[in-house]
Amino acid sequence: MKTTQQLERQLKRHSKAAKLEIWGKVVSFSALLLIVAVVVGIIGFVASKGIATFTSNHVSLWDFLTEKKWNPGITDANGKPEVGALPMIVGSFLITILSAVVATPFAIGTAVFMNEISPNKGAKILQPVTELLVGIPSVVYGFIGLSVVVPATRAIFGGSGFGILSGTCVLFVMILPTVTSMSVDALRSVPRYYREASLALGATQWQTIYKVVLRAATPGLMTAVVFGMARAFGEALAVQMVIGNAALMPGSLVDPAATLTSVLTTGIGNTVMGSLQNNALWSLALVLLLMSLVFNLIIRLIGRKGRLQ
Amino acid sequence: MNPKTQNKIAIGTLYGVAGLVVLILLALLGYILVSGLPQLSWHFLTAPAKAFLAGGGVGVQLYNSFYLLLLAMLISFPIALGAAIYLYEYARDNWVTTTIRTAIEILSSLPSVVVGLFGFLFFVVKLRLGFSILSGAFALTFFNLPLLTRSIEDSLRTIDLSQREGGLALGLSRWETITRVILPAAVPSILTGVILSAGRVFGEAAALIYTAGQSAPALDFTDWNPFNISSPLNPMRPAETLAVHIWKINSEGIMPDAKAISSGSSAVLVLAILLFNFAARYLGKRLYKRLTSA
Repeated sequence: MKTTQQLERQLKRHSKAAKLEIWGKVVSFSALLLIVAVVVGIIGFVASKGIATFTSNHVSLWDFLTEKKWNPGITDANGKPEVGALPMIVGSFLITILSAVVATPFAIGTAVFMNEISPNKGAKILQPVTELLVGIPSVVYGFIGLSVVVPATRAIFGGSGFGILSGTCVLFVMILPTVTSMSVDALRSVPRYYREASLALGATQWQTIYKVVLRAATPGLMTAVVFGMARAFGEALAVQMVIGNAALMPGSLVDPAATLTSVLTTGIGNTVMGSLQNNALWSLALVLLLMSLVFNLIIRLIGRKGRLQ
Repeated sequence: MNPKTQNKIAIGTLYGVAGLVVLILLALLGYILVSGLPQLSWHFLTAPAKAFLAGGGVGVQLYNSFYLLLLAMLISFPIALGAAIYLYEYARDNWVTTTIRTAIEILSSLPSVVVGLFGFLFFVVKLRLGFSILSGAFALTFFNLPLLTRSIEDSLRTIDLSQREGGLALGLSRWETITRVILPAAVPSILTGVILSAGRVFGEAAALIYTAGQSAPALDFTDWNPFNISSPLNPMRPAETLAVHIWKINSEGIMPDAKAISSGSSAVLVLAILLFNFAARYLGKRLYKRLTSA
């Protein structure tokens, strides 16, 4: 004889499948939480190390962003350490903007060619080549920059060949495949009937491309370019190999310069944890991190605007 | 100007631009292969590197690259799979999900050097793992997680809704539907995604220079006890990978044949990535035929 209580317990108990369901849900959710924890951890750690320069070493934020002398081991005439990050910030931005300016017309032109003018050739030649090049490691780009671009710049402009110009060339080739393939996606998402309507109105192919397709795809194309810029801004080794690594304000495009990433890669192993030299480097890393957040935000804003239209 | 002439000029220009880009890209690829392939030999691929003399190989670095890739994949795949399943199959469309998606996007857009620095700070210094394969594998995991999660989620998206409805209609729980119906159907495209992300991890260097280290101690390939320092399996030894090796010998190398070794290593890296790409395509197709009996 079963009592009602036993019966109730038996009926209310989770079945094996229900237990498995809960287990699965918990396990998959904790995997997700782990990723979020990693993101929070990275931002938290880098931020806490990065602001130490300003809190425990009492460097003023304004000096850090606007002074031009980077020499964290040395103090200047006023007894203040020389941690002016402006040369690196300028270097990073200059190289990013220049490479994006050069790469954008090529990337969008190629994407238009692949998608609008000759889809056949695009699919056969350009698509596989760009896909492969997206995957080529950045050190390989850096090595080619070192053995081809730097000697070429040296031969044409004189000097050492290292500098913003060489860095721009390397980054241009590096972000070209990425921006191209994202631009192709953007063009592909323009509905076919837009083109048909335009051609039916008697527009030429170029008019259709210029006045309809490119306009409709603008948010996607902008996302592609910003994405390429974010990649260029964060690229470390390829740039470090060709920029010359001199933390000075770049006087011309062929003078040795430095970027945030290049100073970080060369410096972090040679400084003692917790010292001002080291903290100053972490502040640079923080600037890098914040900039990548800003790029992220811009991409989001573009995406939202694109959806509203 | 006549619109027709304008059209001709514009299209001609676009042909020119596309041609130029193809030329640049092919020249790049050609340069890597032409300068690198002659360096390749059995000796180059297996011999240990020499610090001051010519004639060293990249055997240890090549092995390290694969071992690190394997470990990083072993750690990141289950996490990415779980996260993708929750995001696509369970998560509701609310602010929590949006926040989590934003976090993943942020992680994927972080420069790899920042990920490497965090790995250095957290694993190498705080957890005292030192410059080791394990630290490197964790850093690579962070680098890899968002990409892999997104690609697995895309794979899940390609599975038709009717498959889920079918599973639920048969009385399976959601989890059972996922593990018995959805995942088997998604295996080919998941595998393709995994192999493609493996290609990216294989060539990563910036995240590794301060986690897995920049030195490659000689290995004894007869000693497979993971606790011995010279054993290839030991996860606590510093391990310079092929990509790091290229960077290292070009920025501070003193061997006389640094250029030849870099050319050879670059060619090996590019060939490996080509191989990953082809394998992803081929295996994906084969498996799809097998599993769906199509």
